[in-house]
Amino acid sequence: MPRTFYANMQIQPLIDGRSELTHAAEPPQEVIISTRVRLARNLQGHAFPGWAKAAQRRAVLSECEETIAGLAQMQKGAVLEIENLSDLEKQVLVERHLISRELSAHGAGSGVVVSPDQSTSIMINEEDHLRIQVLRSGYHFNDIWNAIDAIDSSLESSLNYAFSENLGYLTACPTNVGTGLRASVMMHLPGLVLANQMEKVVRAVNQLGMVVRGLFGEGSDASGSLFQISNQQTLGESEQDIIRRLGIVIETIKEQEINARLRLIENEPEKLADKIGRAYGILQHGHVLSSSEAMNFLSLIRLAVDCGLLPVEQRAQVDRLFLECQPGHIQFAAKENIDSDGRDTARARMLRKETGDMPSLNFDKLAFS
Amino acid sequence: MAKPPDCSHCQKPATIHLTQIINNQIKKLDFCENCPHQKGVTDPTGFSLAQLLAQNDLSASTGADGSLTCSACGFSPSDFKRLGRLGCPECYESLGDFISPMLEKMHRGTHHTGKCPDELLARIQITRRIEAIEKALREAIEEEAYEEAARLRDELKALQNTQVSGNVNYG
Repeated sequence: MPRTFYANMQIQPLIDGRSELTHAAEPPQEVIISTRVRLARNLQGHAFPGWAKAAQRRAVLSECEETIAGLAQMQKGAVLEIENLSDLEKQVLVERHLISRELSAHGAGSGVVVSPDQSTSIMINEEDHLRIQVLRSGYHFNDIWNAIDAIDSSLESSLNYAFSENLGYLTACPTNVGTGLRASVMMHLPGLVLANQMEKVVRAVNQLGMVVRGLFGEGSDASGSLFQISNQQTLGESEQDIIRRLGIVIETIKEQEINARLRLIENEPEKLADKIGRAYGILQHGHVLSSSEAMNFLSLIRLAVDCGLLPVEQRAQVDRLFLECQPGHIQFAAKENIDSDGRDTARARMLRKETGDMPSLNFDKLAFS
Repeated sequence: MAKPPDCSHCQKPATIHLTQIINNQIKKLDFCENCPHQKGVTDPTGFSLAQLLAQNDLSASTGADGSLTCSACGFSPSDFKRLGRLGCPECYESLGDFISPMLEKMHRGTHHTGKCPDELLARIQITRRIEAIEKALREAIEEEAYEEAARLRDELKALQNTQVSGNVNYG
């Protein structure tokens, strides 16, 4: 791939910009990485994207694109059409949670509009005509709901939404009908993973009508001990009730995670210290690192911060590196085409540089005998 | 002798042949011995004869092969089994008997209790009112109640004006 290709990337401004996930305004907290709400909306009188003909999809795209780009919240944002993006650009957008894997697999007639701080993205012609998403670092359901509600209401005044008084917002998949809302929280749960408790947690959460997924949603693995917890049901409950119920589940899981960590510190402090120490050493001195290895080591560094082994300022760096060590980001930063082995070397080089001046681990904080 | 048809559910040779007549359309289904019992229904596409007969909503039509389809987009329950997604917003109404039982299983309730788009609801109400007046107007004309018809026509005009001034886009 020629170098000029990389120079022409449409997503360069997004990479260069200060985004919510890489440069959050507030310092990150323990256990909870980010909060997200998405709304599924469709236009009356148009077939859903999966059933629509190409011309119908294009008509919906141009109507929606214009309306969305006109929103105050999206001024100076990026308007991207999927067919004009390279595979690499799409992968970077997926890794930044700005588009879904499903949208990236679509061709002509699909697009996305991203706000300058990348906290808001609106996908057009994904599974539904519109998927509005607001994402913030930390735990912020109230702010996010207010923000997304305002965007939705502005769009509603120009677009003719498909809505039924009885069934609410009508969606391509019956699992989303009603509020069309999915609220989710990205949680960092290394304590529960190390204690082999995740299976139990997943079962308990499922029984409450909530669902646990990996970092990139359905079917993705849970490298880095990162899990998305979200509601599954959308009909028969108001948006506030869904969010409130999910909030209770999140609080409970957070408590369980902290208890699991305390038990680890109490029962197996050497084992924990060894895991953290090895992660620290390999990040600072390793030369070949796969992305899932890197995620798992970064996860242990975040755990080290939470346990007091490193200063809290390191958390923001870990959260940014979770993103920047993904394959698409490594490839993008390389500015030339590299294979998987080359990426593992480039990733290790980047992480050596990033963690080189990290303060020493203060093992006294684990207070083992 | 011709080869016996395959089971519409599992493609084994069929031994049970069911003929239903729905809305003057003949619908033939062939099953192997096991499938109807396993499914617990008499129709592999998932809705029972009783449900179909109870359905008097004409927004759904039956296709040439007797299957239920959405009048707006031509989508059928077999498409849903293949794609896992519906065809258009109208499908919820047209294929209601097929979708409602699914919704009951999936969700906490069967009625939306969340956000309602106010402007849209106002528009829906005006459209419904217009439809009701149009119907009343036709009846009044048929009954030669011209005074009543004139009153309804004025009301209709006023409502249609609010629709236009309300910046409604029915594209």
